[in-house]
Amino acid sequence: MFICFFKNFFFTRTTPLTNPQISGKTRDLATLPPLHWMQSNEETPPIAFSKPNNGDEKNGNKTTKKSFPVLSLNYENVRLPFEISLWVLLASLMKLGFHLMPRLSSIVPESCLLIVVGLLVGGLIKLVGKAPPVLESNIFFFYLLPPIILDAGYFLPIRQFTENLGTILMFAVVGTLWNAFFVGGLLYGVCQLEGTNLAGVNLLSCLLFGSVISAVDPVAVLAVFEEIHINELLHILVFGESLLNDAVTVVLYHLFEEFTNAGTITVTDGFLGIVCFLVVSLGGIVVGAIYGILAAFTSRFTSHTRVIEPLFIFVYSYMAYLSAEVFHLSGIMALIACGAVMRPYVEANISHKSHTTIKYFLKMWSSVSDTLIFIFLGVSTVAGPHEWNWIFVVATLVFCLVARVLGVIGLTFVINKFRIVKLTSKDQFIIAYGGLRGAIAFSLVYLLNPKHFPMRNMFLTAIITVIFFTVFVQGMTIRPLVDLLAVKKKQETKRSINEEIHTQFLDHLLTGIEDICGHYGHHHWKDKLNRFNKKYVKKCLIAGERSKEPQLIAFYHKMEMKQAIELVESGGGSKLPSAMPSTVSMQNIQPKKPPQDRALPQLSKAREEEIRKILRTNLQRTRQRLRSYNRHTLIADPFEDGLDEILIKRKKMKELEKKMNNYLTVPAPPADSPSVARARLASDPQAWGLKSVTEIPTIKVELVSPQNPESVKVVDEFSKKGSQPKGSEEEGGLTMRVPSSEKQRKDKTPDEEPQPRFMRCLSDPGPAAEDEDEDEPFLP
Amino acid sequence: MGASQSGRVHMFQDLADKTGFSIEQINNLRNRFMYLTQDEDTLRREHLENISNLALNPIRRQIIEAFFDKRNLGEKEKGCLQEIGFEEFVMVLSFFRPPKPRTSDEEMKNIKKEKLRFLFNMHDTDNDGVITLDEYRRVVEELLSSYETIGAETAKAISDAAMLEVASVTVGQMGPDEFYEGITFEQFMQILKNVEIETKMNIHFWNLDKRTMQCGK
Repeated sequence: MFICFFKNFFFTRTTPLTNPQISGKTRDLATLPPLHWMQSNEETPPIAFSKPNNGDEKNGNKTTKKSFPVLSLNYENVRLPFEISLWVLLASLMKLGFHLMPRLSSIVPESCLLIVVGLLVGGLIKLVGKAPPVLESNIFFFYLLPPIILDAGYFLPIRQFTENLGTILMFAVVGTLWNAFFVGGLLYGVCQLEGTNLAGVNLLSCLLFGSVISAVDPVAVLAVFEEIHINELLHILVFGESLLNDAVTVVLYHLFEEFTNAGTITVTDGFLGIVCFLVVSLGGIVVGAIYGILAAFTSRFTSHTRVIEPLFIFVYSYMAYLSAEVFHLSGIMALIACGAVMRPYVEANISHKSHTTIKYFLKMWSSVSDTLIFIFLGVSTVAGPHEWNWIFVVATLVFCLVARVLGVIGLTFVINKFRIVKLTSKDQFIIAYGGLRGAIAFSLVYLLNPKHFPMRNMFLTAIITVIFFTVFVQGMTIRPLVDLLAVKKKQETKRSINEEIHTQFLDHLLTGIEDICGHYGHHHWKDKLNRFNKKYVKKCLIAGERSKEPQLIAFYHKMEMKQAIELVESGGGSKLPSAMPSTVSMQNIQPKKPPQDRALPQLSKAREEEIRKILRTNLQRTRQRLRSYNRHTLIADPFEDGLDEILIKRKKMKELEKKMNNYLTVPAPPADSPSVARARLASDPQAWGLKSVTEIPTIKVELVSPQNPESVKVVDEFSKKGSQPKGSEEEGGLTMRVPSSEKQRKDKTPDEEPQPRFMRCLSDPGPAAEDEDEDEPFLP
Repeated sequence: MGASQSGRVHMFQDLADKTGFSIEQINNLRNRFMYLTQDEDTLRREHLENISNLALNPIRRQIIEAFFDKRNLGEKEKGCLQEIGFEEFVMVLSFFRPPKPRTSDEEMKNIKKEKLRFLFNMHDTDNDGVITLDEYRRVVEELLSSYETIGAETAKAISDAAMLEVASVTVGQMGPDEFYEGITFEQFMQILKNVEIETKMNIHFWNLDKRTMQCGK
């Protein structure tokens, strides 16, 4: 059946010669269905079936009564979705195939391979006699581009972005303008030369062409840079530039298009162009920010309908893009602004599973889009229409490269005067070399009206050549060059607690010093923004308790969850996430003499949960020491109070340890059986129970058997109503409570975010926690 | 006035050589110093506390203390001064000067070490050369002090976890009876080696002069 459909797809087009009833318009979908229906109406049974290539059908119907069709073929109805799905399937299979061949994908970047596949497919289609589909600009701009940009915008590392914003803007705005005019002007000069028959190309067309081709393409940059793992500064510079130059491109494009229609330019027009640029870029950002705030606000109320949370994110962002496009504002900037604005608030509001869903959907869509774009580029190349002009194409290529290099060098010279961290020549080389062109340029030229731009085909050819060159040559060689030049790569280290503390400390310190010096610098304004955000914005946009959560605690939550997920992923067995065998325990750190008893604090549930989680971090990290930890902390100082308690707990400890060993399914190294057991527990949502035995000043932990809910009750002093912990337990140290089992948890109110979140996370099969860029605190 | 002018220029030149600022920057800083102290010769803690923006900073006490800490002023002795002169003011601020573009890797390492030393001194308030748990705890508490809902226990827990991490990373294996005194400077450098202090701990000193004339600071 499938093959039958497939054959139909390819061979339908040959039938017009035999069947005059079927219209000769082979590519036009719109006319085919009506024709089909017209045909079926003439048949006696009103069941919609037909074989388009069966020319005898009509004759057959007139003579005999057809028997009831048990199996019939109706391809036309499903043609459009079918073809789309086929393309998507093809793209995904290709992607799959590349990754199964690691040698190939390490030499050639994926984008190159995909273009080659596109070329092959296009050639195949052409061989069959059908005209291959071209990358329609509408499809590209409305369906293929937004997922990629949203993915980029949502996961944009805000801190690095804002720190380098000046540099990025310089490259994006001034660099693109320079490129556009340089390339456009020089091309016009070349066209005016004798010997080329390009006299028909006027200045405006050249400038338009220059403006389109000078824009660095975010899709191509992402595709290539993602694979080379370059250091964050360079990545954000090139990538940020590719995102922000969209505004420039849009303005220049519309400007030159209008001028070509109008015929004349005046100074006012030039001035209006500048105003237009400001409106387009700022307008795009404002539109995006509005939608972002709306999304954040909506997410505040979604605690009861968690399932559709991701939908809000996607729809609001898409609406931002479309709204910006309505007014000819920069859709890309709107999308970036929307994603970046809503992310901190949305992430504080939505559930962990929604967060995972969003992340995965975005990655999936952007990956598919990206693949489709490159394949279609290949197919469109085969489809044409082409007009090859050696001089023009070569000149374009040369000028593009030269303009890029000159632009980068010149701009860096200026920028370095204002930067603390100067850009070295190695950096400059990578920035210049990373200026890849891509499908946006192609689509923009494709949109040109051939009436006003008779040389459109030549432009198309030239653009495709430049795109091919940058993607193939530059894309393939950038990785060995990066290695050769020993450019700093991305650091894969995890952020540690100390680094986080000190980063914040530094922020405050630098703000303070700036205040002392009386200098309204970068830190001052950042601090003001943070304070404004904390005071007003967070209260509006974040639900419940989380709005008051300081960044440090939020960071802990994130770290904790990440570690828990890693634990689950690694199966809790042999490989430990941050395998740092260390026998240091809290006991080592505390001073030997016991400090005075503290006054008993009234801990709220949420705070206890925080504390518990924080301490869990310690336990997960230093697994090895658990055995010594338990034994030694249970050897109490006989002069301490609560000795009896301690003895009882020690007994329980031993019992539980015995029980634990029964539940091990993985043959564990004997030295860590309690730790492996604990790891096993970690994957069981019911089981996470930790109870501290209070003994000043150490923190103790007690296991609860996973399989025995009754034993949970034994040590369970934690009811869902949040009763106060028993006074006798508290002796000034920390006491941790067992979280009640999953059943009880269900009717907990949803605004107790920290606990359900954690529990949910444990039962979540969990993504691999590999994305480093999400490790960033939300707001710097 | 002429004599003191030339004397001052001479002093500025010395300072410029010692700290690496340019003469213009030192002039600007001088103006700021005079503004802060209301034309007196020495700076006291109250002068710094009067800065209104600084009042909102959670770690202001430590920042102010850092100015009066003898260790930051290159002296071998410990303790703090009650008032400092312009020279000491500039010396403390020189820790935040961005490194010049053509510094070698060796020099960069030194600069990084100096800056880390400054941070270390800020934490190590009792001058004993190690950051103990209590001191670190105080640091975290101050950082979280702007959030009223977070109590001392959370700060304690975070600082405990942080100390544990330092100990785990730097010392590794410790027997249960050994006692971890605190974070020494070498360990401090080790745990913060990924934070690029030499590039982050800088402020621009170039547009000071306009600002010092602003009132209401």
